[in-house]
Amino acid sequence: MASAGGRDRFQVTAAALDPAAAAALVTTAACGAVTTFVGLVRCRNAGRDVAHLEYECYEGLARKSFERIASEAAASWAGAEIAIVHRTGTLQVGEASVVIAAASPHRADAFAACRYAIERIKQIAPIWKREHFAGGEVWIEGATADPDDEEARREAIARACT
Amino acid sequence: MHVTVRLFAALRDIAGAGSLDRHIPAGATARTLWDALAADFPELGRYSDVTSCAVNEEYAKFATVLHEGDEVAFLPPVSGG
Repeated sequence: MASAGGRDRFQVTAAALDPAAAAALVTTAACGAVTTFVGLVRCRNAGRDVAHLEYECYEGLARKSFERIASEAAASWAGAEIAIVHRTGTLQVGEASVVIAAASPHRADAFAACRYAIERIKQIAPIWKREHFAGGEVWIEGATADPDDEEARREAIARACT
Repeated sequence: MHVTVRLFAALRDIAGAGSLDRHIPAGATARTLWDALAADFPELGRYSDVTSCAVNEEYAKFATVLHEGDEVAFLPPVSGG
């Protein structure tokens, strides 16, 4: 299926996210399904009341990571096209931090590719969040980023197919 | 030779700067550079086993040999999404 967009499918932005716009980036006449995932800032984390989050990003590498994740997904689910847009800066509770749109001829591949993309973002995208909560603030530290870690990739695929 | 170091999140907080110009010997690797930074900012040491690196906006191994003008980024554990 023809690609619906170019590099603008992979964005980092300080502006509010628009899930419909992300879906439009990947939707073509060949698509029978498009799924969107919207990650939100929630009010509780690790037993703390979250005041707001601050996102920091290594932009050039982040966009390349998104592109890599989309290529990986297309290799696993034929015809899957992905757009990823991630916020930076200060986000209040309830705001969207990331939007992923995955389009495919069939729904199963669209759901799986979308889930795979968020799992991989959490593994390898050079993005960090600082949580400001009642009484303090802390950098949230998740995975050590290694795009060549095959075990991590297998784990993301397994979660996508659950 | 000179390289530009980029530091993010907790690493940036420890060093007090997100970008540093460093002079390193010819043949130095990303590991050499990290070790020199960790000598200057001992608190970086606890990130040695969990930090990733990138050279010129591509993920790289710590064994990568650096060149004049390279941008070398050190990345603590990520938490996007």
